[in-house]
Amino acid sequence: MLRLEDVHTYYGNIHAIKGLSLRVDQGEIVTLIGSNGAGKSTTLMTISGIIRPRTGKIFFQEEEITGALTDRIVKLGITQVPEGRMIFPRLTVYENLLMGAYLRKDRKGIKMDEEHAFELFPILKERRKQAGGTLSGGEQQMLAIARALMARPRLLLLDEPSLGLAPIVVENIFEVISQINSGGTTILLVEQNAQMALQVAHKGYVLETGRIIMQGPSRELMENPKIQSAYLGID
Amino acid sequence: MFEQQLINGLTLGMIYALIAVGYTMVYGVIQLINFAHGEIFMLSAFLAVTFITVFGLPIYVVIFMTMGCCALIGVMLDIFAYRPLRQSPRLAALITAIGMSIFLQNLAMIIWGSRPRPFVQEALPAFLRTPALSFGEATVSWLQLTIFGTASLLMIILFLIINKTRVGTAMRALSQNRTGAALMGINVNRVISFTFALGSSMGAVAGIMVAIYYNTLYPTMGYVAGVKAFAAAVLGGIGSVPGAMIGGIILGIAEALGAGYISSLYRDGIAYAVMIAVIIFRPSGILGKSTVEKV
Ligand SMILES: Nc1ncnc2c1ncn2[C@@H]1O[C@H](COP(=O)(O)OP(=O)(O)OP(=O)(O)O)[C@@H](O)[C@H]1O
Ligand SMILES: [Mg+2]
Repeated sequence: MLRLEDVHTYYGNIHAIKGLSLRVDQGEIVTLIGSNGAGKSTTLMTISGIIRPRTGKIFFQEEEITGALTDRIVKLGITQVPEGRMIFPRLTVYENLLMGAYLRKDRKGIKMDEEHAFELFPILKERRKQAGGTLSGGEQQMLAIARALMARPRLLLLDEPSLGLAPIVVENIFEVISQINSGGTTILLVEQNAQMALQVAHKGYVLETGRIIMQGPSRELMENPKIQSAYLGID
Repeated sequence: MFEQQLINGLTLGMIYALIAVGYTMVYGVIQLINFAHGEIFMLSAFLAVTFITVFGLPIYVVIFMTMGCCALIGVMLDIFAYRPLRQSPRLAALITAIGMSIFLQNLAMIIWGSRPRPFVQEALPAFLRTPALSFGEATVSWLQLTIFGTASLLMIILFLIINKTRVGTAMRALSQNRTGAALMGINVNRVISFTFALGSSMGAVAGIMVAIYYNTLYPTMGYVAGVKAFAAAVLGGIGSVPGAMIGGIILGIAEALGAGYISSLYRDGIAYAVMIAVIIFRPSGILGKSTVEKV
């Protein structure tokens, strides 16, 4: 469904992604794990067209999207829930959701997805008239996910959805991620919380300073001693 | 006399508010003080006079045409002057804005000459200069009433566009988190263009109003009005549209009262004094965002 071939991304002179190739198949949850500064967010921003790769190719459903504008990428079916959530703090919860559906014209479908988002996150329904910035961290993360779902993505990119949240909220978020996936949405999940990510994902990639150093089915990665010591805190 | 100054100030304030919203909206979406906004206001006055004298069009048609032209000029200004600098340090765009302001002023001087000229009064209905209402000694002319009514109507329309439409919501979203907005599929450049178009067309109406109200137009008229409207935007809290409206009205009234009670020589100084006072005592302005945002 999504394929990156030897992608290199730079910030000025900083070579952040150094020849990354990965693939995500329809229906999967694929996780990209790695420590601080490994290049996880840069990878997602490159896929979303916020940053252009210097070389390499990106394909989505066999169509090349390398260097395409973000609105086209969203229209094709890739939506991102960015790191730090990036919700609109002075728009209401409801307006935030509407912005997620910005490129859609089907009013009925939007209405339905609104209901669906409120079912997934009932707290958002209670807060629908409140400004996004007044929500708690966990609620903001829910809003960010709900907002992205309003675009009805085929592929959802999630950047560290567990960042800075209490363990119980993290559980809840990961449950929702599984649920979204069972609904038919393919997911590329970026995480530092490798434990949780590998548990929910089918397949994983390990990123280190801009390069994939390991990949495979989640179960294999979890049993790999190197991963266990470096990412799972097991000696 | 107090009532009369209040009426004059309110009229003036509505005009400042119309210009100020242009500064504040553009600042909201690209954090740029568009110094050339005052020149769009000036060009509007000249274009209107040209449309009337050269094409002999009626004033109400001319207003719409001028709004359209100024919207286009505003959009072009952004596309050619500011857009290439979007990733550059802010100072670069700011200096470009000052440069564009000077450029447009000089362009107007080349085309229309630098001497002030009167507005084509023949194009206006004669009743505009007659009193519409009077309170004791104070009178409100039809012109003042028209300015007040038109400006109010435009502000309401603007308010509805910003708060109730999809593109208006996108404008607000963009000003709160540009990357977040882009990630939702909002075409950021298109929304920025829309913002310039909206602000410039409001400024265009103000330009025509001022030219009629003072019965004069000249290539540097955008500078003084621009500084005052900018002061109004700062007073209301730069980036806040309701703030710009309130700031404009307060500034207009302060200026009229100051001119009436102290000396008309201080008329222009009041805007500067207000701006300096705001910067010292409340940099975020009256309605500026000082809200705590959770990260
Ligand atoms: N805007 C930027 N300008 C310059 N360098 C950047 C920028 N953003 C990221 N980098 C650099 O690129 C590299 C990869 O950063 P990235 O944010 O993709 O890492 P990450 O894996 O998402 O890290 P984290 O887990 O902390 O979110 C880092 O070395 C970082 O310093
Ligand atoms: Mg990151």
